[in-house]
Amino acid sequence: MTTTASRPASTIFRRPRATEGFWSWITTTDHKKIGIMYGYAAFFFFIIGGVEALLLRLQLAGPNGDFLTAAEYNAMFTTHGVTMIFLFVMPVSAAFFNYLLPLMIGARDVAFPRMNALSWWIFIFGGLFLYSVIFFGDVVPPAGIADGQGVVVAGNIDPADQTLLGGLPDGGWFLYQPNAGPEYSPGTAIDFALIGLQILGVASLISSINFIVTVFNMRAEGMRLLRMPVFVWMTLVVAFLLLFSLPIIAVALFMATFDRSFGTLFFQATGGGDPILWQHMFWLFGHPEVYILILPAMGIVSEVLPTNSRKPLFGYAAIVFAGGAIAFLGFGVWAHHMFSSGITPVAQAAFGLSTMTIAVPTGIKIFNWMGTMWGGRLRFNTAMLFSIGFVAMFVIGGLSGVTHSIVPSDWQQTDTYYIVAHFHYVLFGGAIFGIFSGVYYWFPKITGRMLNEKLGKAHFWVQFIGFNLTFAPMHWLGLQGMVRRTWRYAPEAGLGPWNLAVTIGAFTIALGIAIFWVNWIYSKRKGEPSGLDPWDARTIEWTIPNPTPAYNYAVPPVIHSLDDFWHQKYTEDDEGRPVRKEGADELIERLDHEGRNPKSPIHMPAPSYFPFIMAMGLPLIGYGIIYHTSIIGKALLVIGPLITIGALIGWGIEPLEETEDHDEHGDGQGGELVGARTS
Amino acid sequence: MADTFELEESADIPNSHAGDHHVVHESTGIDNRKLGMWVFLSSEFLFFGAFISNYLLYGNRDFDSVVPRDIYDIPFTSISSFVLLMSSLTMVLAHHALSTGDQNGTKTWLMATALLGSVFLGGQVFEFYEFVTVKDMTLTSNPASSAFYMLTGFHGAHVGIGILMLLSLFGIARRQGGLSEKHGMNLELVGLYWHFVDIIWIVIFTIVYLLGAS
Repeated sequence: MTTTASRPASTIFRRPRATEGFWSWITTTDHKKIGIMYGYAAFFFFIIGGVEALLLRLQLAGPNGDFLTAAEYNAMFTTHGVTMIFLFVMPVSAAFFNYLLPLMIGARDVAFPRMNALSWWIFIFGGLFLYSVIFFGDVVPPAGIADGQGVVVAGNIDPADQTLLGGLPDGGWFLYQPNAGPEYSPGTAIDFALIGLQILGVASLISSINFIVTVFNMRAEGMRLLRMPVFVWMTLVVAFLLLFSLPIIAVALFMATFDRSFGTLFFQATGGGDPILWQHMFWLFGHPEVYILILPAMGIVSEVLPTNSRKPLFGYAAIVFAGGAIAFLGFGVWAHHMFSSGITPVAQAAFGLSTMTIAVPTGIKIFNWMGTMWGGRLRFNTAMLFSIGFVAMFVIGGLSGVTHSIVPSDWQQTDTYYIVAHFHYVLFGGAIFGIFSGVYYWFPKITGRMLNEKLGKAHFWVQFIGFNLTFAPMHWLGLQGMVRRTWRYAPEAGLGPWNLAVTIGAFTIALGIAIFWVNWIYSKRKGEPSGLDPWDARTIEWTIPNPTPAYNYAVPPVIHSLDDFWHQKYTEDDEGRPVRKEGADELIERLDHEGRNPKSPIHMPAPSYFPFIMAMGLPLIGYGIIYHTSIIGKALLVIGPLITIGALIGWGIEPLEETEDHDEHGDGQGGELVGARTS
Repeated sequence: MADTFELEESADIPNSHAGDHHVVHESTGIDNRKLGMWVFLSSEFLFFGAFISNYLLYGNRDFDSVVPRDIYDIPFTSISSFVLLMSSLTMVLAHHALSTGDQNGTKTWLMATALLGSVFLGGQVFEFYEFVTVKDMTLTSNPASSAFYMLTGFHGAHVGIGILMLLSLFGIARRQGGLSEKHGMNLELVGLYWHFVDIIWIVIFTIVYLLGAS
């Protein structure tokens, strides 16, 4: 029972053993290591997406800019959007989910550790696949349309514009058809975007299944659903959003890919297809996606605010249910992205109304956060500043969002910079401020050191001022009629001064991010050691040493209440004010000691090569589809699936280095108890 | 609930500690993998839902070239649908045989399920072949044909994957002289998946073939 020798295959397939160094990262199934890799990858793509934004702003700094060609400009705003959404905000949220979810529910790992590694590797290969268009892409200018005088034009794109940057995907992050179809976007750039997103979707789908099962099944004793931290709740809600929205975009991406590669006619108006169908399917995914981006940040803020207000979260249950309501309503508002596309008045009214409705649960959250701070003893550390910044900026973005539910007003704003301002207030002022709040808050959990507060505050204020300087003027530019995704504007339009301000703001943000990186590099080596409980926190992930030991909990926790750790440390006086218990400091010392010295070795899921190998097959299939007419493409269409299926077989028969029972539960946590209960 | 299953042979497990009770899981009492499969299938419903809606949008439009509703062979597809439904029955029988410890029965019914699935898949290949060569309706004829081939093709791919899983289980059962308890759960998972694929086909057959035929 204890050996794997009972199965012959085990002599061939050894589980890797490295716990340090290169191979330990390639083969790891530890949710913490996977989370850290997600984090670094996300911030790497954040820099790329940021540089793309700066290039855009250099082009738009003055009238008739000639810094970028039109083709390059189109490619830059497309890749900026795709990168920031799919390669920064989503994976950095996944980094938080991975690292914190098991800790917050008192588990030693997620439900399916190898699947967790698989989703990470699929993600990174998908991201690299998307950008590999630079090396493997095939640029073909559109065939062009004769302008009546024998001159062939193709939009405003001169074939000579097709430079290195211009070869990246263009057509906007939503890849509207038929512009992104075979006729108007020949070449392979759009294919790389479509298939890249498909691969990234597989990664998100796998991790959403994993997180849902983890939340439902891996909770510590006493961790009832309504005792879970709000961040865990938001993880669960996001996982369900992904689960139900990804299949729709998967179908849409398949259809578009088939249109481009195999000649189907789904979105080809000339063949009887319906381009608007793409918009419906895209936004049926795309609007839940917006909540996929923002809800993790809302979860982070709901942890940071109570801790630094030294009060319980105001209206815990209301915040949880509001999160669920946002997710539910989020599936019923997609057509407010399409008011100008000719949908019927009834549809416009219905979607306008549903869009207004969604402001209600969002408002509940805002008021609950304010109620949390009200009357609290606030500590204005960097994490708190970013959280307050989140609430303030998100209110502005939310209000400009509600204006879009007024259909005639929306018609005016569609495809102007007003929209750009709105969603950057929500996604940058909202999601990214929340993410930075989380980074400052949980950095000690990951490294055992504090991020420097002076640099942190400098980072916050520079970024905060830069952010508002960048995006507030965009409201006015938009209302003045500056059209989104336009390469140049004329001097007489009078848009120059504010555009210059926006560009200066964008570089101010870049300065803020640079300060953050200096802080990160400095604090990781020389930051002040954090101890066990640097924030006087409320949730149980702070009851274990920093940085987190490989086994998370030396002694499995037992949960007695919401904010369990707080109640271990504090009691209330007659007027309901918190009073620190006498033994609190000893408790922290004891927890630190116990957490570092488990009484006996602890079983953890064994590492595996196969998630890495299996993920490697997917981009090869992607290249195969794109170049399926060539012999290399056909070969890849054979090799890719062989690698993936081969790895799957290896996955199935590799030994578990532990008991058979352990495997039985999807190599969850240790096999001792669970083994006996198979029916 | 797992507290009731205090492990008796914990002494056999190296490095284990009798007091190490951290794994009380699964909190819901549902096996992780089973819950995971259910969650996955709920996502799959939307996957096929999107393809079916897509067909509903295009299937009834008129195009210059031949559209699926003109060329359905309802009797033929009814028979292959019946075969697929029967494979759900054999799947249940396989599961039942395993739960009563009848390893030979398990193997037989697993193989029967895989065979019935293959017959269905063969029928689909024949149908596609006839549509393309005889009726002259290809993937690129018109949006209705594109939608038809994509929907039924992706369903066929799901059936194919299911057959591979059934055959893998059959192979394991043959090699090890029967399915252990560990693989018993795998059989249940494959069963869930297989029934899902069948249910989806009932929807497709009803909406696309029966209601769609002209």
